[in-house]
Amino acid sequence: MTQFPDGYFNYLLRLGDNALILGQRLSKWCGHGPVLEQDIALTNIALDLVGQARSVLAYAGEIEGRGRSEDDLAYFRNAQEFYNVLLVEQPNEHWGHTIVRQFLFDAFHYYLLQELTHSQDAQLKAMAEKSLKEVTYHLRFSSEWMIRLGDGTDLSHQKMQDAINELWMYSGELCTPDALDTAMLEADLGANLQRIKPLYDSKVAEVLREATLSTPAQTWMQQGGKQGRHTEYLDYILAEMQQVQRAMPGLNW
Amino acid sequence: MQARSLEQDFQAIIDAEQKIEPKDWMPDQYRKTLIRQISQHAHSEIVGMLPEGNWITRAPSLRRKVALLAKVQDEAGHGLYLYAAAETLGVDRETLIQELLNGRAKYSSVFNYPTLTWADIGAIGWLVDGAAIMNQVALCRTSYGPYARAMVRICKEESFHQRQGYEIMLTLAKGSPEQKAMAQDALNRWWWPALMMFGPNDKESAHTEQSMRWRIKRFTNDELRQKFVDMTVPQADFLGLTVPDPALKWNEARGSYDFGEINWEEFWNVVKGNGPCNLQRMKARRKAHEEGAWVREAAMAYAEKRKQRAERIEQRA
Repeated sequence: MTQFPDGYFNYLLRLGDNALILGQRLSKWCGHGPVLEQDIALTNIALDLVGQARSVLAYAGEIEGRGRSEDDLAYFRNAQEFYNVLLVEQPNEHWGHTIVRQFLFDAFHYYLLQELTHSQDAQLKAMAEKSLKEVTYHLRFSSEWMIRLGDGTDLSHQKMQDAINELWMYSGELCTPDALDTAMLEADLGANLQRIKPLYDSKVAEVLREATLSTPAQTWMQQGGKQGRHTEYLDYILAEMQQVQRAMPGLNW
Repeated sequence: MQARSLEQDFQAIIDAEQKIEPKDWMPDQYRKTLIRQISQHAHSEIVGMLPEGNWITRAPSLRRKVALLAKVQDEAGHGLYLYAAAETLGVDRETLIQELLNGRAKYSSVFNYPTLTWADIGAIGWLVDGAAIMNQVALCRTSYGPYARAMVRICKEESFHQRQGYEIMLTLAKGSPEQKAMAQDALNRWWWPALMMFGPNDKESAHTEQSMRWRIKRFTNDELRQKFVDMTVPQADFLGLTVPDPALKWNEARGSYDFGEINWEEFWNVVKGNGPCNLQRMKARRKAHEEGAWVREAAMAYAEKRKQRAERIEQRA
């Protein structure tokens, strides 16, 4: 196997954890959506994301080379060893709040995957190409609902504006590179977040404008998810997700 | 010579094994029976998402999580085709959903039982989907065309779910002593509710006779229940699990299993709303509907705005 630089394993965990934690959050909507068609649509997105997480985590396990499977990585790491962005662990509130969380992530995810289709790692490139097709649809879905709910009734407009105001401070982390992002970019493996940033900003601005929503004035951004410092929510997500495996470890399910 | 009545023509189509289609004449009672049965079936799919949905976030592997999520999503899809089939009889989805939410319409009582461990996901797939398939395979040939066609599609997915459930049970039954005990416990709790899914005994069943004549139903409740027992007992044997019925015994003369009496008092209580989860299931459905109201209203308001904008642009042009 090709020699990959230190940190590549963690970099892959970031990608896998984003998909896993958001998929886990979304999967909780299944059976509780506002209308059947949208219940099905949101579940499709959850299915895509958990599917993406499986491929990336399985691959991360290979790169690490200690024999850990996708399930070992999903079920037997603690919160501090998860490297997802803070945005994806924010709780499900009302359906529109979930759409805002989804849209902010999708817009980032879309450009991120576009960048990763140029990775020098053929395996990551292939996974990014496959995921990009799915995420193109996710972004279309969440953009349409941002607009529909933002420009729907007075009530829906207010709910969407409040949601974006609340979630905005978790959007800064997405396109802010840290040392690992820079190292992976220099190794021709990872994405150039500085190149993504203006594309992301303009996509978000375009959709907010069409949704008649204003861009929040908040500029102080929360950071830390990518380094394993999370909000209070992640540990509860994991407690629920991991409980059966942790209670009876080492078995075949 | 006297002209044949509409009703005679209708019965002749049924007797010739042809399908009744939405625009054909049909007796009022036939229409009402179908609306009741199809909507009840649709509601069962939707309420049925809840007990299994309860384990999506806790599925013990990512492969199982994806499979369960896809399965519960399939049920939403089944609900959708069935509401569409009911709509061909001249009643809209919103009216049907209101009847579910205000308690006038029924859904399958089996979903009023709780899912307490991961093994329940296996047991539901194996037993509850297995019992549903017994009913549904027969419904693929039901006399009303749109219902029969919806059922063909649903049956394909249901038999996949059933195999998936059985495979979960098999994994547990071959696993650790704790896992095997979990599988046995799930069988103990789901066996009788699964048998109850076929409804009351034939002599107590209010709708069977007329429904058989109209070929909405093709087998009686007791016939289907017997087929289910005969199919399922050997599967339990293969798993090395014990069916929780001391009266269960192979009857050589009949070529079928004899089995014990269902607890009908429990059955009727769960039907009437006194089951372990009736209240929670209805609360969850009402909550989703009420909390989704602003989303549905906003989507309609937005569609209306777009239409008006398009008209204004057209007028200017």
